[in-house]
Amino acid sequence: MNPTHREPWIRIARRDSIAAWHGWLIRLAGLLLALLVSAVVIYLIVRLNPIKVYSAMFEGNFGTNRRMWVTFRDIAMLLCIGIGLAPAFKMRFWNIGAEGQVLVGGIATAAVMIYCGKFMPTWALLIASLLASLVAGAVWGGIPAAFKARYGTNETLFTLMMNYVAIQLTSYFVAVWENPFGSNTVGIINQRTQTGWFPPLLGQKYMLNVLLVLVLTVAMFVYLRYSKHGYEIAVVGESNKTARYIGISVKRVLIRTMMLSGAVCGLAGFIAVAGASHTISTSTAGGSGFTAIIVAWLAKFNTFVMVLVAGLLVFLEKGAIQIASQYNLNDYASQMITGIILFFILGSEFFTRYRVIFRGRKGGR
Amino acid sequence: MAQVLSLLQAAIVFGTVILFGAVGEILTEKSGNLNLGVPGIMYLGGIAGLGGAFLYETSVAAPVPLVGLIIALFCALLASVLAGFIYSFLTITLRANQNVTGLTLTIFGSGVANFLGGAMNKMAGGVGQISVSATSSAYRATFPFLSEVGVLSSLGFMTYLAIVLAFIMSWFLRKTRKGLNLRAVGENPATADAAGISVTKYKYLSTCVGAAVTGLGGLYYVMDYIKGTWANDGGIEKLGWLAVALVIFARWKPRHAIWGSYLFGVLFWLYFYIGGLTRSSQELFKMLPYIVTILVLIVVSMRRKHENQPPASLGQPYFREDR
Amino acid sequence: MQSGTAAVSMRDIVKAFGPVVANDKVDLDIFSGEILALLGENGSGKTTLMNILSGIYYPDAGHVSVNGREVSIRSPKDVYDLGIGMVHQHFKLVDVLTAAENIILGMPGEGNLDMKAVGRKILDICALYGFSVDPGQKVYDMSVSQKQTVEIVKVLYRGAKILILDEPTAVLTPQETEKLFRVLRNMKNDGKAIVLITHKLHEVEEISDRVAVLRRGKNAGELVTKNTDAAEMTNMMVGRAVTLNIARPEPKDPKPRIVVDRLTLRDEEGIIKLNEVSFTAYSGEVLGIAGISGCGQKELLETIAGLHPLKSGSVTYIKPETGEKIDMAGLDPREIFSLGVMLSFVPEDRLGMGLVGNMDLTNNMMLRSFRRGKSVFTDRKTPRNLARSVVDELSVNTPGLTTPVRRLSGGNVQKVLVGREISSSPTVLMTAYAVRGLDINSSYTIYDLINQQKEKGVAVIFVGEDLDVLLELCDRILVLCGGRVSGIVAGRGADKNEVGLMMTKHGKETTHESDA
Repeated sequence: MNPTHREPWIRIARRDSIAAWHGWLIRLAGLLLALLVSAVVIYLIVRLNPIKVYSAMFEGNFGTNRRMWVTFRDIAMLLCIGIGLAPAFKMRFWNIGAEGQVLVGGIATAAVMIYCGKFMPTWALLIASLLASLVAGAVWGGIPAAFKARYGTNETLFTLMMNYVAIQLTSYFVAVWENPFGSNTVGIINQRTQTGWFPPLLGQKYMLNVLLVLVLTVAMFVYLRYSKHGYEIAVVGESNKTARYIGISVKRVLIRTMMLSGAVCGLAGFIAVAGASHTISTSTAGGSGFTAIIVAWLAKFNTFVMVLVAGLLVFLEKGAIQIASQYNLNDYASQMITGIILFFILGSEFFTRYRVIFRGRKGGR
Repeated sequence: MAQVLSLLQAAIVFGTVILFGAVGEILTEKSGNLNLGVPGIMYLGGIAGLGGAFLYETSVAAPVPLVGLIIALFCALLASVLAGFIYSFLTITLRANQNVTGLTLTIFGSGVANFLGGAMNKMAGGVGQISVSATSSAYRATFPFLSEVGVLSSLGFMTYLAIVLAFIMSWFLRKTRKGLNLRAVGENPATADAAGISVTKYKYLSTCVGAAVTGLGGLYYVMDYIKGTWANDGGIEKLGWLAVALVIFARWKPRHAIWGSYLFGVLFWLYFYIGGLTRSSQELFKMLPYIVTILVLIVVSMRRKHENQPPASLGQPYFREDR
Repeated sequence: MQSGTAAVSMRDIVKAFGPVVANDKVDLDIFSGEILALLGENGSGKTTLMNILSGIYYPDAGHVSVNGREVSIRSPKDVYDLGIGMVHQHFKLVDVLTAAENIILGMPGEGNLDMKAVGRKILDICALYGFSVDPGQKVYDMSVSQKQTVEIVKVLYRGAKILILDEPTAVLTPQETEKLFRVLRNMKNDGKAIVLITHKLHEVEEISDRVAVLRRGKNAGELVTKNTDAAEMTNMMVGRAVTLNIARPEPKDPKPRIVVDRLTLRDEEGIIKLNEVSFTAYSGEVLGIAGISGCGQKELLETIAGLHPLKSGSVTYIKPETGEKIDMAGLDPREIFSLGVMLSFVPEDRLGMGLVGNMDLTNNMMLRSFRRGKSVFTDRKTPRNLARSVVDELSVNTPGLTTPVRRLSGGNVQKVLVGREISSSPTVLMTAYAVRGLDINSSYTIYDLINQQKEKGVAVIFVGEDLDVLLELCDRILVLCGGRVSGIVAGRGADKNEVGLMMTKHGKETTHESDA
């Protein structure tokens, strides 16, 4: 009621632009701060020298050749889903349904492996399950997009719900394919014959997973940056009005892009089932569908940056699991630390977009 | 008849968990904040309540149930408000994306809760060993005068608390000035701002208070639904997302969330009471609440009735000087 | 009238948005019992100045005093406490709430709402000043003028003594404007201070007591209305006498190019936007379209461009080489282009429709041409070269080709847009408010470009808001009123008053018929 004539104590102004190195410096500072806070948390819990803990984390990721490849495999999985989300997010379509799209891709793959495994050779199975997973993911992503295009149905909530339909669908198929009876799991599919499994490449079990995803990384980058479709996606994401003005059918782009997004996520399900676990369960996606949303968002839809972000998150997870087993804790420590670090990275984004002006000071650049 | 009774009881217990979650989330979403951290908040509320009660029960020889109840309640509220505050600080002050922040909160909450839950189980002697029987018994105590009344015979006080909170929320949103202001913030923050409403304050408060209510769902889950124990089975997460679904189903109206929550409970447990279902078709039955929610979402968007839409600014950030 | 303390006094107000200085040391005094017209062209800084007074922006420098006491206005709440109320051009109402709920929004008070008491108080205010409001009506059911009334009642309900109205008549019919002015006079007689932001001179003369003029973010002068005339105000507003001297070459060999026949358009709510509009646009001439804002100009151009599905009427394009007739009804912009119709369109909303603000110059050049070629990839070399030549030829002031266009000033944005649209050698060029917000030099650049196109034989359709420009630039002027054509006059020798009259002829029976 008694306004003074003094300037507010603190004000915020949008940065017009920021040099790339400056932006990364801010993000790096956020990450370091996050590691520091996590170190304090770890210390409070286990009373161990955090440096030792971090070296144990490194051990957990790259300690043995096998561990290293498991790390690569998991990065590839997370990255693949992130790549799938990139076109949707660039179009400003909140696809929260990656978890479900991965699962239906996995279900499709498992179905092909189970039903056709007896009479088809591995190469044919791989092609068939690849196609099946792409179609399944595309349908799962296309449904919410079609309703968004036709009725403007809120896509965030729709795709979110589709996840749980997919999870229940997975439970259903787990029950149908239960093996052995009463185990409530599908068991390893084609365990004896290994038909439909990714073949080892250059002596590495997970080489194919990694190569596939690397190809996708480049392909999606090129698609978004240089193709006509990619340009349409960018225009639709920026302004529906402009898109209509130049005759881009927003509805068509919406549905097409979401089917692509879902298909790539479905492909991640294919890689997870045929290339890694060789089974299907409700934890086949294991929350990666949600984590990948954060990966895609933080990387600003740039698939190469996604490699770094996904690498960081998987590194943390593996490292924390290592600490957990080494110091007799449980695995969930990794989720906790991931959460803390993501909070800090999310917070640091603010300082790349805005500058804070304190009273009595000229606002710098 | 006994079957119907037991289905209803199971449905009410189930529904109460998500009713807390949904009523809290409605309050949050009415401010325009789409907090996808509901499961995380419920996790944090649940584990904090359990932890508080556990520490109390292990530190005294003869724990008094009522004291355990109060300690657990306090811890749960504190942890949930803190979770709401983290979300608010990141999305409102630091302008981080709401969806991403909410999902991170869910990852964080489930990590913290399962980590501490596992640790407490170990302290208590092994997996599944933790039990806060005294506190849990206080939560599960029924009202003496209701113990003969069919469906109500086995319900603890939080069942009623959830209903009361839903009605209070409904009254608050429809009949009070602050509720009106809050609705305006969620519908059109620029207008609310121009009308002299502090958008930031309303968003912070509704998100933190909403988180507190949501967190009670976690507490109820731990104390009543699983009777003062802990299991790292993702149960809270599943119910947390159902709470988000219930918000949509209730079309952002707390009154409708009440019957909606019990309907979800019935749909969820129905398979158990229908004879002759194979295990696989039981799983299909559990899909029902989500399918119903999707149908509601579609129908609401098709009919375009103004009163049934999500708050217009839901998920959108608001900064006054952006131009 | 100017004796005593000013109700509001603003001194040396400075506000910049990035490189654009919207207010440069502006002074302003507002007195009670007086209607002050704040006059200035688009982009002269009127709205920014008033937004500072209503707490939307915080000034970079300067002082504000209310009733002689210096104040700091940090938030809209401070504004209400000071007795200031602003009615924005874009209404700040919540659609799903009722009139009464909107009116009491954000007001202090505890506990339960007594909507009945609120309703009574609203009706009292309405009776006092001559409004009519139904307190229980939802905003989404209201017409534009009803919404404006709610806005005004809202500030009065809060006891505002100083009212600011930002271009309140832009959206009103003449009858509604008359009603508004009656109310404003009642409020003035009640001792309120009223500020009217406007650029319409006849309104200034009709209603104001005093005029403050802004030009390019600075004070241009102050006048007492009864001692001045339109010429003096115009001079002050634009800085020099309006002798536009826009070139107008004679049309060469005009041939029908676009034939619009009985075009009717309804919007999503079923409200009629265009009503049986018929005309022909000829090659080599500029067809002007005049009308008060919101009379269907925008919809007309958008419909021809294929942005609205056509329900009734036809649009026919006649190919210059062959004379072949192409029915454009129901086609989208891509289909129109693929039939060989070279149609260019400079829309009103430059950064929201014509260009993508966050994209750089090269990417914006691609908007029209990115589909060319069979490759799945976009060709970036051609648009980059085009961007370079547009920058050179139209002297666009930009740091580089990779600068997002939203960072350019209004004039440069428009040059980029027009440059792209004429680069495709169109046979039809449609522009909507092509010089809005532009400085004089940029405006003349645009006029020259339009005349060049005309001399190349392009059929130009020019939607304008400034009658003087329309009268000097156009060969023929089509006047729209409430979605109907009220007449087509020759540009040469047209009488300004006559055109002005036609703009309001159908004022009454405008837009509020809804679908059965």
